[in-house]
Amino acid sequence: MMVGSMLSTSTPFESRDLVIPGDVLFEGSIRTGDNTYRSQGKVYATRIGLVEYGRGIVSVIALEAGYNPLVGDLVVGNVVDIELGTWVVDIDAPTEAVLNVPEAIDAPFRPDIVMPEILDVGDTIVAKVVDLDRKRTPILSILGKGLGKLEQGFIFRITPSKIPRLIGKKGSMVNMILKETGCNIIIGQNGRILIHGRTREQEEMVVKVIERIENEAHTTGLTNRIQEYLKQLKG
Amino acid sequence: MDGRQWNELRPIRIESGVLPNADGSAYVEMGKNKIIVGVFGPREMHPKHLAKPHTGVLKCRYHMAPFSTDPRRSPAPSRRDNEITMVMRYALEPAIFLERYPRSSVDVYAEVLEADGGTRCASITAATVALVDAGIPMKDLVVACSAGKYNGRVVLDLGDYEDKNGEADMPFAYMPQLNKVTLLQMDGILSAEELDQCMNLALEGCKKIYEAQREALKKKYGLEKVEKPQEKTAAEPQEIDEEEDDA
Repeated sequence: MMVGSMLSTSTPFESRDLVIPGDVLFEGSIRTGDNTYRSQGKVYATRIGLVEYGRGIVSVIALEAGYNPLVGDLVVGNVVDIELGTWVVDIDAPTEAVLNVPEAIDAPFRPDIVMPEILDVGDTIVAKVVDLDRKRTPILSILGKGLGKLEQGFIFRITPSKIPRLIGKKGSMVNMILKETGCNIIIGQNGRILIHGRTREQEEMVVKVIERIENEAHTTGLTNRIQEYLKQLKG
Repeated sequence: MDGRQWNELRPIRIESGVLPNADGSAYVEMGKNKIIVGVFGPREMHPKHLAKPHTGVLKCRYHMAPFSTDPRRSPAPSRRDNEITMVMRYALEPAIFLERYPRSSVDVYAEVLEADGGTRCASITAATVALVDAGIPMKDLVVACSAGKYNGRVVLDLGDYEDKNGEADMPFAYMPQLNKVTLLQMDGILSAEELDQCMNLALEGCKKIYEAQREALKKKYGLEKVEKPQEKTAAEPQEIDEEEDDA
């Protein structure tokens, strides 16, 4: 009855097999985890990823997924519009996010504030998602250490589902990259990464490493291989 | 007509993740057809007044490049382009969890680079791969294929010549695991029995194309059927292996 102890005999796949939307992961009663859905007694995958059979639950670790904003996320976005008292910010989410004036300057909105002087259309910001309104629009804030307009560096994008792998357990992967390359890196949960180094070579090293992590995120032993790769790149 | 058996598909090749700027993408070659599809989303729906409050919207665009046919065709969307745009949307919508993205849209752009009959089916097949590549949650894949009648015979996968000179063409799309049809069109004259034969034929063709879709999606992770899936992978055809060897 418990799935955990009877993997290969009663399930169509084994844990960490690659599955595709529509693949039947389980027939019968089991809890449905991430990226799965139940229909007529069968549990199917909804995204391409690695299936995980846990104790009484089946889920899929998605290899490709869009960004789903959660309260507390750090995101890198760009201003796309200015409305009365609000900047509209694109954060690669299903809906655009909003940044209200009080969350940018820690003071209530006054009609004489010239908003483009604080943030203009096209500006890049690093912000925190502080709330989701009734319509699930992300509400941002740039009050706080390390938040605000980004003036230097460039943005590199990877698929959001691989960001946790880039950060690593307790920041192990990204800290290693920071140490070895000396670049400033800000990782947005929405898949956007700001890279700023003192030299072009440093920045290119970081891009190569991130690309490799994105390609191999689903494999094991990655942290060590990346460390080797970094040493190689440094020459 | 091109030397194939009556129930033989044209050679098919599908690749996923070919457009770095799109959220998801796919490229398909089916016979002489060459079609590229890019997917964006879910993202804020523009124009806002067309957004739906309780569900996402699937926006498709099917377009044939001027150089896709001989003679050259006008770049402006033709009536046929608009019809196929609508038909693509009908074929793909049932497979996508649009209700999870109210006020947003999923945009699918299919561009035909070279056409030789059956482009709407190839576009739907490629669009599905692109949607999965974009990480859009789906109930199942959608696979499409056409069957029809040429020279009095029921045949599979009509090329352009067979389509134009034959008696009937029947584009067909369905979801393999859920076993549900999402598109059925018919152009021409078929008896009820012939229609049944065409549908069965198209179903068989779809099953083979479905395998190609799966392979294309797995290939991106170095996990094609050729080798057993393992992480230190011999199957990965990327520069990573070469660098490790050079070290």
